[in-house]
Amino acid sequence: MQKLPKWADIVLIPLINLLLAFLVSGLVILAIGKDPIVAIQTMIDGAFGSTTGLGYTLYYATNFMFTGLAVSVAFQARIFNIGGEGQALLGGLGVALVCLSIDWPHWLVALPAAAIGGAVFGAAWAFIPAYLQAKRGSHIVITTIMFNFIAASLIGFLLADLLKVPGSMDPATANFPPGAHLPTFNDIFALFGLDVFKHAPVNVSFFVALFCAFGFWVLIWHTRLGFAMRAFGQSERGAQYAGISPLKITVIAMLISGALAGMMAINNVMGESERLILNATEGAGFIGIAVALMGRSHPIGVILASILFGFLYQGGAELSLWEGIPRELVTVIQGLVILFTGALDGMVRRPLENLFLILRKPTKNGAV
Amino acid sequence: MQSSVNEERQATAAPATSASLPPAIELKGISKAFGPVQANKDITISVAKGAIHGIVGENGAGKSTLMSILYGFYKADEGEIRIDGKLTPIPDSQAAIRAGIGMVHQHFKLVENFTVLENVVLGAEDGQRLTPSLSKARKSLTQLAKEYELDVDPDALIHDLSVGHQQRVEILKALYRKAEILILDEPTGVLTPAEADHLFRILRNLKNEGKTILLITHKLREIMDVTDSVSVMRRGEMKGTIPTSSTSPEDLAERMVGRKVLLQVDKTAAQPKENILDIQNLEVIDSAGVRRLKGIDLNIRAGEILGIAGVSGNGQSELMEVLGGYRKGTGSVKLNGQELDLTGKHSDGQSRRHRGIAHVPEDRHREGLILEFAAWENTAFGYHNEPEYNGKILMDNATIRKTCAEHMEQFDVRPPNPALHARNFSGGNQQKIVLAREISRNPDLLLIGQPTRGVDVGAIEFIHQQIIELRDQGKAILLVSVELEEILSLSDRIAVMFDGQIMGERHPETTNEKELGLLMAGMNTATSGGTA
Repeated sequence: MQKLPKWADIVLIPLINLLLAFLVSGLVILAIGKDPIVAIQTMIDGAFGSTTGLGYTLYYATNFMFTGLAVSVAFQARIFNIGGEGQALLGGLGVALVCLSIDWPHWLVALPAAAIGGAVFGAAWAFIPAYLQAKRGSHIVITTIMFNFIAASLIGFLLADLLKVPGSMDPATANFPPGAHLPTFNDIFALFGLDVFKHAPVNVSFFVALFCAFGFWVLIWHTRLGFAMRAFGQSERGAQYAGISPLKITVIAMLISGALAGMMAINNVMGESERLILNATEGAGFIGIAVALMGRSHPIGVILASILFGFLYQGGAELSLWEGIPRELVTVIQGLVILFTGALDGMVRRPLENLFLILRKPTKNGAV
Repeated sequence: MQSSVNEERQATAAPATSASLPPAIELKGISKAFGPVQANKDITISVAKGAIHGIVGENGAGKSTLMSILYGFYKADEGEIRIDGKLTPIPDSQAAIRAGIGMVHQHFKLVENFTVLENVVLGAEDGQRLTPSLSKARKSLTQLAKEYELDVDPDALIHDLSVGHQQRVEILKALYRKAEILILDEPTGVLTPAEADHLFRILRNLKNEGKTILLITHKLREIMDVTDSVSVMRRGEMKGTIPTSSTSPEDLAERMVGRKVLLQVDKTAAQPKENILDIQNLEVIDSAGVRRLKGIDLNIRAGEILGIAGVSGNGQSELMEVLGGYRKGTGSVKLNGQELDLTGKHSDGQSRRHRGIAHVPEDRHREGLILEFAAWENTAFGYHNEPEYNGKILMDNATIRKTCAEHMEQFDVRPPNPALHARNFSGGNQQKIVLAREISRNPDLLLIGQPTRGVDVGAIEFIHQQIIELRDQGKAILLVSVELEEILSLSDRIAVMFDGQIMGERHPETTNEKELGLLMAGMNTATSGGTA
């Protein structure tokens, strides 16, 4: 007996959660003496009102798609990869090393090479906690969190000491060669004579992210590896009965997860800053957790949730820019969305389930 | 007839009053629905004070729901509860305890690392300081132990106690809370026959003291042995209450299912051929360092069912897991004359399946099925790497769906919907999905654990027939069950396990429950291998 119809589960509940989050956010904005209606208008206008705004929204969304898919793929095997942030940081290192290694002739060559570089570095960073969990029983939530800090310190050390341009005060690598520059949407649409997405960082990585989402779907629901991952996620004992090795699945799921997180760097490092800088990820690894939660670890859900959080990031930036609403409050609004869609999901779910049960009350002779 | 019984009892229970005593429990028009599922429909039942009253019914008949309503876990949609004639709403279990109702759950609710005394007091402490409550409980425990043969060491830790003793602690907990009405949910599932007999003695003692007992069980023999009256439930409805003296197991089974049921398995004598499985000196040491199997020697021949009898937890699960490939062991296991890898690279479920071992595990919810998977996905579970379910890269989901539909037709799975999640099938239909999957691979050896646990009476018949049919096709079958009746009626040979050892082998024609019961308790009376 399904408690809720599918549409209610994947559309209605997130929508109600979102509405509640915005309602409370409105009250907060009201409390500091601003007009919530104006605020939401500013956000929507800033995020979707112009192609430049939209370009930023999609740029952020691309980051979140990668990290959201990363968290989701591990979660299909019920592994909580909290280390997306660190894996994405390391992915940045991989991308930077690839981009700086030779004078790339064309971005079409550089992009796959850089994507592989980012994926390998991200996967390698995820491998250590995965192995420790599978072999030694070290809890992966703890180890991946710790690895985020280690990654940040490692990148900081490398940028300050080894990768820095000699003589420069800036802890960042040299700029990538022109052959490693990814075309932005602005460049792409210029081919058709359109001048849109001006100055927006959104680039071809967006399509790579969409392709990864499709690959995710194929992997999880149409391959035996995905089958084994899902089975392991639902019941570890069941998986053992079926001859699925917990060690293998844990390691493979984390490798894929780390690779996806690492690939984020083709968007922010290769596509936007075009060099590796400190804190390049800007917390996208953590947003990925919220995105995966809200998207129910399904690629379509992840894409939609990514765009929502892209909107919150971009709209939030506009809010602090034009309305004098402090940046911290924007973080509060993002936090409320995460709280309502993730943590307080049951608050809406249970009453709704009861409501549906009442609506479907059987007739008197309706036995099972 | 029942009324005369009641009158007699009331006459002895309350000689001073002429007015008849109200029944201890009276449920009137109880209905409870979970969405479109009507779990209880207009249930009316009345249990006289000082009676042992049985409630029987198939899985999903609504027994547990009814008891949960009485114990305050669920709230009835309609209907009323009267205790001793007084209208008593029971919104939660605290209210049930106040109304004098105690419950012994099928899965005990004890704190393993607490002592007996601490468990009894837990939740019924008198104040902030523990010592006075404990010494008070100690006194009343000694009293209760004497009165009802309920002796347990008050200072023993729960995890050091046998299952039978743990159950006594549960009963003591209820009595310490002044329960006048005791509900027992499938109390004998984990007991040896001797322990079960002891439990029934306790129940009779309690009854003689005027306590009212509700016994939920699917073992009709127990109903016949110990109850005064019995109520039959079917599909959420109460199909009547009858005095136990005027019914029989066959009659009860028919009332439960709604049609005639074959309680005896129909089978011809086995025609065993060559040895299929040969186990020698099999040992298993678990992760805590405890020896779970202490040198098992067994063999099974083609066309033969070897039944393993024993109280659960005596090594049967470990034996199945080693053979199924997901537990490591030492010793020698030969299948068709060739050694199985017990520790190395080939000791996993996939390798075992390739060697021709199929396995219907004891716990179909945690092992045999992935409950959140669709039925068709479960059809491929464990066989998901097989070439016929796979293309070059992608899985051939269409073929798997088709295979599942075929299985459902052959095994009469209802509803025959491959897209439905495994969770949404009844116990019997879930078991059929597992059985169909394992049998269809044409294995040499079938391991089958608790084939009919949580399976409705109608499906039991079908599953037993399938097992016999498989045997007649010349397969070797290892059957593990805690149901002695099932072991006796299906097996061609019976091995009894106790504490990780084989206590002896018997033949079903020449042994009986009593002898097996003694072996199950670790007492080997006859010389092993012989027949009694």
